[in-house]
Amino acid sequence: MTQPAAFLASLGRPVLAALATIGRVTLFAGAILGHILRPPFYVREFGQALLQIGWYSLPVVGLTAIFTGGALALQIYAGGSRFNAEAVVPSIVAIGMARELGPVLGGLMVAARVASSIAAEIGTMKVTEQIDALVTLSTNPMKYLAVPRVLAATLSMPILVAVGDAIGIMGGWLVGITRLDFNSAAYLRNTVDFLEPWDVGSGLVKGAVFGFIVAVMGCYHGMNSARGAQGVGRATKSAVVSASVLILAANYLLTELFFSA
Amino acid sequence: MITLSQVQKSFGANRVLAGIDLVIPKASSMVIIGGSGTGKSVLLKCILGLVRPDAGTITLDGADVTTGDREAFLARFGMLFQGGALFDSLRVWENVAFRLTRGRTPLPKADARAIAVEKLRRVGLGPATADLYPAELSGGMQKRVGLARAIAANPEIIFFDEPTTGLDPIMAGVINALIREIVVEMGVTAMTITHDMSSVRAIADNVAMLHGGVIRWTGPVTDMDATDDPYVQQFIHGRADGPIASVR
Repeated sequence: MTQPAAFLASLGRPVLAALATIGRVTLFAGAILGHILRPPFYVREFGQALLQIGWYSLPVVGLTAIFTGGALALQIYAGGSRFNAEAVVPSIVAIGMARELGPVLGGLMVAARVASSIAAEIGTMKVTEQIDALVTLSTNPMKYLAVPRVLAATLSMPILVAVGDAIGIMGGWLVGITRLDFNSAAYLRNTVDFLEPWDVGSGLVKGAVFGFIVAVMGCYHGMNSARGAQGVGRATKSAVVSASVLILAANYLLTELFFSA
Repeated sequence: MITLSQVQKSFGANRVLAGIDLVIPKASSMVIIGGSGTGKSVLLKCILGLVRPDAGTITLDGADVTTGDREAFLARFGMLFQGGALFDSLRVWENVAFRLTRGRTPLPKADARAIAVEKLRRVGLGPATADLYPAELSGGMQKRVGLARAIAANPEIIFFDEPTTGLDPIMAGVINALIREIVVEMGVTAMTITHDMSSVRAIADNVAMLHGGVIRWTGPVTDMDATDDPYVQQFIHGRADGPIASVR
């Protein structure tokens, strides 16, 4: 192979591999959507997934939101004071949390907590032949393992985002009244007056999309885990990294879709 | 009766099965022997449809295993996996009754539990085991639970993948005896893959040796020691020198 051809080949190989992976993930996600619409539906597994993904993620999402809301209030106050616009703190904290920081930071925290746990659990099931055992027991692993988790993540993420939004706004309010000399009632009135339903609604839609991404990436990497502890570890890492990157990319696309002029 | 005809399977450049021809008669116990990495597990997974062969045909009672109702096909099988493959998140009785509580005609929970406890008793485990989780069991107990799960739905055919691997000789003997008892008692067709010769002698009616991607030798277990096939002789006596070593 000539030198230019070798150079082109070295560029082309990773591009082809990336395209093939995108294709596999898309087919995998499509297969899950297809299985959601067809019985049987495993109610107990869905309930357990709701508990694991939704309920147990509340503390981490809440803590992230309260500190983010507080820091946001301080930053907006510091920036706003440069042109005498300190009064915008309540509205910008609310809009920022509802539109962007609530869903994105919530999604990233859930990606770290949930995508890793799904990938590790399913990956371990794969390397210990539990997934083969499911098949021999006439149970479709996609239906039994992936569908409940994807559905639970997609439905619970908007609720987590809504709770995160509220806690984040409260974090801003707390900093506003204790550190920035805002009047409590005025802060809350400004928050409510300037926040529109679509500010919150768009964040909830983003949350559902991010939940879907997190669970699909966890299941995909778990089910394609290589053998051994190293294989499961790599699957776990890949699930978190790919879910996080996809959340940020999807966030940009959804923001363009929802808010571009 | 399970019939394999010219079954081939490769993984990349590695040709694992190079044309397997084998007949497993109904209600008999066939043991497949062969060294590690010779494709025994792949062969078993091809029959179950967990791995798709590149070429060849596999039939069960004359019907191609790749066509027809997959759930009905799998309902005829039970399988004991090498490591047990018990579901960590489920209690022992839920593992055993897994098939009974799902599928087209699921049993009520109480009935499924009663059957699970009975199957656990059959493999020598008391009712107190039923509510434990797999992680709370020893390796031998996990094998027994796996065996109870394999027989829970009274299958016609049972596959055993390395049933004694990782067990001490006494526990291996216990598992071998249990397998033989269950196979005779239930009148099932059994296929076992192993490289443990004590298992072969305890379980087998017929033996087939897999080497180089093909069945090197097959016949009744009573003929195994008398065969002059050098591969079989080297394998069953565990000799370091011989055609298998020279191939490696």
